[in-house]
Amino acid sequence: MRRSDIRIAILTLSGFIAIVFFGWVVGPRTPVEVEQVGFRGVAMEQVAFADDKAALMAANVAPEPVYERDTEDTTKASEVYENVQVLGDLSDANFTRLMAQITEWVSPEQGCAYCHNDEGNYASDDNYAKIVSRRMLQMTQHINSQWQDHVGATGVTCYTCHRGNPVPQNIWFTNPEPRTVALGWRDGQNAPGIGTMSLPTDPLTRFLLEDAPIRVQTTRALPDGVNTQTIKATEWTYALMNHMSKSLGVNCTFCHNSRDFAVWEESPPQRAVAWHGIRLSRDLNRQFLEPLQPVYPAHRLGAEGDAPKASCATCHNGLNKPLMGVSMLETFPELQAPGAN
Amino acid sequence: MANIEYQNIFNQVQVRGPAEDGIALPRGAWKRTGTGRFNHWLGKIGNAQIGPIYLGGLGLTSIIFGTLSLNIIGFNMLASVDWNILEFLRQFFWLALEPPGPEHGLSMPPLNEGGWYLISSLFLLIAVIAWWMRTWERAHALGMGKHVCYAFASAIWLFLVLGLIRPLLMGSWAEAVPYGIFPHLDWTAAFSIRYGNLFYNPFHALSIAFLYGSAVLFAMHGATILAVGRLGGEREIEQIVDRGTASERAALFWRWTMGFNATMESIHRWAWWFAVLVTLTGGIGILLTGTVVDNWYQWAVDHQFAPSYPAVFPSAVDPSAAG
Repeated sequence: MRRSDIRIAILTLSGFIAIVFFGWVVGPRTPVEVEQVGFRGVAMEQVAFADDKAALMAANVAPEPVYERDTEDTTKASEVYENVQVLGDLSDANFTRLMAQITEWVSPEQGCAYCHNDEGNYASDDNYAKIVSRRMLQMTQHINSQWQDHVGATGVTCYTCHRGNPVPQNIWFTNPEPRTVALGWRDGQNAPGIGTMSLPTDPLTRFLLEDAPIRVQTTRALPDGVNTQTIKATEWTYALMNHMSKSLGVNCTFCHNSRDFAVWEESPPQRAVAWHGIRLSRDLNRQFLEPLQPVYPAHRLGAEGDAPKASCATCHNGLNKPLMGVSMLETFPELQAPGAN
Repeated sequence: MANIEYQNIFNQVQVRGPAEDGIALPRGAWKRTGTGRFNHWLGKIGNAQIGPIYLGGLGLTSIIFGTLSLNIIGFNMLASVDWNILEFLRQFFWLALEPPGPEHGLSMPPLNEGGWYLISSLFLLIAVIAWWMRTWERAHALGMGKHVCYAFASAIWLFLVLGLIRPLLMGSWAEAVPYGIFPHLDWTAAFSIRYGNLFYNPFHALSIAFLYGSAVLFAMHGATILAVGRLGGEREIEQIVDRGTASERAALFWRWTMGFNATMESIHRWAWWFAVLVTLTGGIGILLTGTVVDNWYQWAVDHQFAPSYPAVFPSAVDPSAAG
């Protein structure tokens, strides 16, 4: 053998060793957990990185209430305070308890003055945040009383989304593609979007604000002449599904049997819950969040001047059951329905 | 250590001498470009002689239209990141030139809504067909069979089905594939989802079988010939009619291990057919999708080849059907 050949052989061997080392030793950063959810051997399983899961669990613990609920006070809040439009049926004690709790949930650093007039006139509506938070209280009651198909008896509280932030972390704004002149059109996709894919980048506007059809498959084998959904439409649906997968920290197989995404009879029951969740987000965005647009100062609005909106991620924050399924409604029954006390 | 030269995966022999200029060209042909040089490193993986190259009218046509097409794609990508070179490099794998929307059907859309895509596709088609004709023409000039040309035609068949024939049958250019790295992969996934899982498309299955089969055959053949290189096994063409010990040992090896062996002649027919059938069957599978069959899973259920499994969870009920 010539010396140059030995050198090549050594280089090649080092290359193989490097590939094996990085692929086998460095690559798998953390153990992968696989949970079987369907019949064996058909890939109906949930795959997750153990480390990610542990961090998510730690970040999604429901907090204990700051004060115990009062059972003796019979004075209504509406009799004590002015301009109590939503929580007037609460007792004075439980009303102030909820106000203190909301401060912990929503503005622990900013305090009462985040929503209330900073000269001490708590009845005043001159702070936009107070108008928003009143609407948010109504929204919470609306979700818990009208959307039990999705939230069940667990329900939601301010904390489900806010997590100690005046503005929840996972809100979204309409995000149309930049306008281009003459060339550069990308039909709403072909840019880094949800996850690592280059699917349509703004599926939320189309599906969680507008109600474009999500279903794309024909349910029978042959073309039926009715289904006009295209491959492009499928890419939009696919983008929404990726958003849901990311938001809930689950794979496709959490809701679907991936051999045929469309067939309900083969789908896990969670799919029906998710179906209601899509309608829930749409309802909230249309009825509560987008109409608040005129109330917000400019720095709270999106690039298109639209109000901040809710998606699956806003409540779920990476878990299929927000706050690991712990209900905070038992200790705050006033959030259960309009007029509850 | 005696056999070590034959265990190496790189060329051990490089020929040096006056560059081979090739046989005389027929009348009317262009001149070849360059005189032929030698490169030691390319000689490790192939022939060390580089050139002369025959360009010709078809080669020139192909290069011009191919370059135009790639430039239309590239400049549209660049414009989509506001002409920022850094973003172009950073987002390159996500960027694409997108086909027009379905609302345009088969008509010519505005340039910046898919028009560029159609022009680029036309230029790409001209480039590919010119290159295909060139493979026929060059083979003819050398008195060769047209096997390369026919094999390339099989690949072009799939390309035509995806970008021309199927969109025509579906009545919309929106059905065509975007020109971009991730976008064409996303398109592929969406295509399978829209049409009820291509896994259940039998022609797709055949195509995959031939694709993976090609890789296995290629590995088997390459390994066999290298393994008998010590005995002159790479002289395959002579060994078709005059087997010799290399050929006989290789054949015996496979008869011992799997009971059957190809011959020095037939192994190349196996390889050719496997490769050609990848895109031939694949093209048929794509052509039938959306035109004849709209949901491959349901089709497989109807034809009793999608197995059913025991239910292990209570199945979901369509909430929209409940009213």
